[in-house]
Amino acid sequence: MADIRFQVHRFNPETDEKPYYQEYQFTPLEGSTVLDCLNYIKWHLDDTLAYRMSCRSAICGSCAMRVNGHAKLVCQTQVKNVVRPDGTVRIDPVGNMPVLKDLIADMHGFWTKMQAVKPYLMPTQPPPSANQEYLQLPEAFRLFEEEATCIMCGACVSDCTSLESDKQFLGPAALAKAYRFSADTRDGRRHERLEELIERGGMWDCVRCNECVQTCPKTVAPMEAILKLRQMALKERLTDSIGARHVTVFTDIVGRRGILDERELPVRSLGFNPVKLLGMAPVALQSVLKGKIRPLEPPHKVKGVEDVQRIHREMEDGS
Amino acid sequence: MEYPVHDILIIGGGAAGLRAAIAAAEARPDISVALVSKVYPMRSHTVSAEGGTAGVLRSDDTFDSHAYDTVKGSDFLTDQDAVELFVRAAPEEILQLEHWGCPWSRDPDGGIAVRAFGGMSVKRTVYAADKTGFHLLHTLFQTSLRYSNIRRYDEWFVTALLVDDGRILGVTALDVRSGQFLPLLARAVILATGGCGRVFAFTTNGMIKTGDGMALAYRIGAALKDMEFIQYHPTGLPGTGILITEASRGEGGYLLNAQEERFLQRYVPSRMELGPRDLLSRAIITEMEEGRAFQGPYGAYVQLDLRHLGERLINERLPFVRELTQEYLGIDPVREPIPVRPVVHYSMGGVDTDTEGKTSITGLYAAGEVACVSINGANRLGSNSLSECLVFGARAGRAAAHGAADAPAPRAEVIAGRAADEERRVAAWLTRAEGTERLAALRDDLRHGMERGVGVFRTGEGLREVLGKIHDLRGRLARVTLDDRSRIFNTEWTAALELEFMIDVAEAIAIAALAREESRGSHTRRDFPQRDDVRFLKHSLAFWSREGPRVGYRDVAITRWPPEERKY
Repeated sequence: MADIRFQVHRFNPETDEKPYYQEYQFTPLEGSTVLDCLNYIKWHLDDTLAYRMSCRSAICGSCAMRVNGHAKLVCQTQVKNVVRPDGTVRIDPVGNMPVLKDLIADMHGFWTKMQAVKPYLMPTQPPPSANQEYLQLPEAFRLFEEEATCIMCGACVSDCTSLESDKQFLGPAALAKAYRFSADTRDGRRHERLEELIERGGMWDCVRCNECVQTCPKTVAPMEAILKLRQMALKERLTDSIGARHVTVFTDIVGRRGILDERELPVRSLGFNPVKLLGMAPVALQSVLKGKIRPLEPPHKVKGVEDVQRIHREMEDGS
Repeated sequence: MEYPVHDILIIGGGAAGLRAAIAAAEARPDISVALVSKVYPMRSHTVSAEGGTAGVLRSDDTFDSHAYDTVKGSDFLTDQDAVELFVRAAPEEILQLEHWGCPWSRDPDGGIAVRAFGGMSVKRTVYAADKTGFHLLHTLFQTSLRYSNIRRYDEWFVTALLVDDGRILGVTALDVRSGQFLPLLARAVILATGGCGRVFAFTTNGMIKTGDGMALAYRIGAALKDMEFIQYHPTGLPGTGILITEASRGEGGYLLNAQEERFLQRYVPSRMELGPRDLLSRAIITEMEEGRAFQGPYGAYVQLDLRHLGERLINERLPFVRELTQEYLGIDPVREPIPVRPVVHYSMGGVDTDTEGKTSITGLYAAGEVACVSINGANRLGSNSLSECLVFGARAGRAAAHGAADAPAPRAEVIAGRAADEERRVAAWLTRAEGTERLAALRDDLRHGMERGVGVFRTGEGLREVLGKIHDLRGRLARVTLDDRSRIFNTEWTAALELEFMIDVAEAIAIAALAREESRGSHTRRDFPQRDDVRFLKHSLAFWSREGPRVGYRDVAITRWPPEERKY
């Protein structure tokens, strides 16, 4: 392996006014992970560097950091796979959380949101007997098998674009956890949990950018879990939210006309809410200017609308 | 000065600590329980346990069978009364975890599945794929969130235990985040800090397992029991020491030497790959010494072959093994054998406790790997340790909750002087004048010294050499200076405090190993190759003293299974 220049985010709140990058250059041993490299830096080049780590085998979730701008578990990341063409690797703390020092972020908000979704089993039926387990068929477990592998490292939260613009959003990790318990056949409080999650900051505030699915070092795929939460909520007739109305109205319009009418969608999604509707005005105006909305065109059906309706029927029967 | 006061303070947020916290909070909803951990609880090393947790759940199994397997596995050094109690309590703990949502792997009918494990004569190891510790820990952590009387001190580093007149009064701790030093007072303290695998260079253990709780108790006069018994797990990845679970063999994997021979037929013919860990590790080292192992960049190794199990079974039961070998070695076990070698995994020894977790210090309890009850004796059977954390964590939690009721409220003025002394000692690390020694160099010397001198095979000469080295290290430690003089998240500072713990623990291990002039379980002396029940059917007890550690002995409790030759 050749020399690598590590550009490491440094910030000591006791002495530094603002963060900076410090460069360390050396040749890692073959097979080194990024964590191995940080350990080498700390114990051979600069003992003052601060970061979290524990198991070094991708299961404890301590060492999520941004490598070249994307969150990864550094213990799981082979350094040779992330060296950029100019021979550098940039390491930052996870995003969407305040930085405490160097590569250490404050996870307080992460835990608060995790706790907010009631991440524990709430059975309403007693177990078959005190000396017996709840029965759960393997296929019932498979409904949340992947979501149960969340190690709470915060990588998905780091790279979540919804959170970047809305600090209230519960975020992918907490919502995936909410799905994990809502999908568990042993749990008895699914409806209550879902009821809380259709509120502001909940399941409908994900913009489906897929970053969390890309970045998750395990197999959680948080966005997929959020979509499954939405389906659950609709099935439980929890439709009284902007997000739920948005998808049902969307489906309804396309089902009737074979095409989306951007004039109808926001009005029906937001309901009678003059403040929110007024808030949409700039977007509406832009859409008109760009020709996305044609205000004068009468509502119409597209040619072949019957085929669109057939697709809809088949989708609904299928689900 | 006002210090935080709790009824119970639990140090460590792994399986034993969380189970203790929940048990205490349930036993006495009116008391305040504090959980102090140097890392967020789910970073605790329980998370790395893979294979399973043992308990009698099936009609083809009996408590006696589990107890006898455990006693025999321990080379007859367990306290059999403790083992009998343990095997009876384990099933209800496993079911309790299920009721809290733990996703144990299931049989097709929806009941909890069991798998085979080393030294267990029937299938009795309950598992959650090969991430048992992970699921167990997260279930406990998440369940603990339901109790409003559990208060967490995440990322607080305990530096000392405060005692007065033989009674525990609390701890002194660093809030790592702010660097603030603060005594935390309590009527009872439970140590649940895990083991000390990092005292060795090559270990499966996470970086945090530096023997903190063992050293904390040792320094205030509690005995460290059976410290010479260090378990080498047969199958760690060369280089990193990452654990490849025993479940790989429980599911049918083979161990092969360089001649493609299942060499265990010459060592443990009746059990083969499912023999106990001490025998398997010795067998592998013997193969290496006699030239029948493979050679790689990290030295000699043997192979763990899972290919005949097939991709489907590997994906369903051993997905983490596949993930680890692919990520860290670039090897797919579906197609290639995995290189493995014995690696330090577990400390059978620990703080001397009874079956309620009580130590010799009034109000101080210990549970989990930090403790020695003892149910593991000279060699723990795989999958007994998670059950141990649950059973004895819960027992210690309940005992401490009831004990705290009778204990006087700790008074700040009694400990103010001692807390101030401790603060000066800890803070002195930040103001020391320039020294000539580096922290990391000392730590490496200690860990490699232990690896050489206190390995699978030991000699009196090698152990004396290690003790000499440890003595030197104490001198060199005084000349170490830190580069980071700041308070906030100073991980060099906490590493220095950890090194102090490690040196104390390493010394207790080496001195107990030197004193035990026999071979039993994981402790094999080349100069004393036989088990000696006349002199050493006894627990060793290491005590701290100003002149250096002192070793005493206590008889083993034998109820129903007199010692016999241990053959598999």
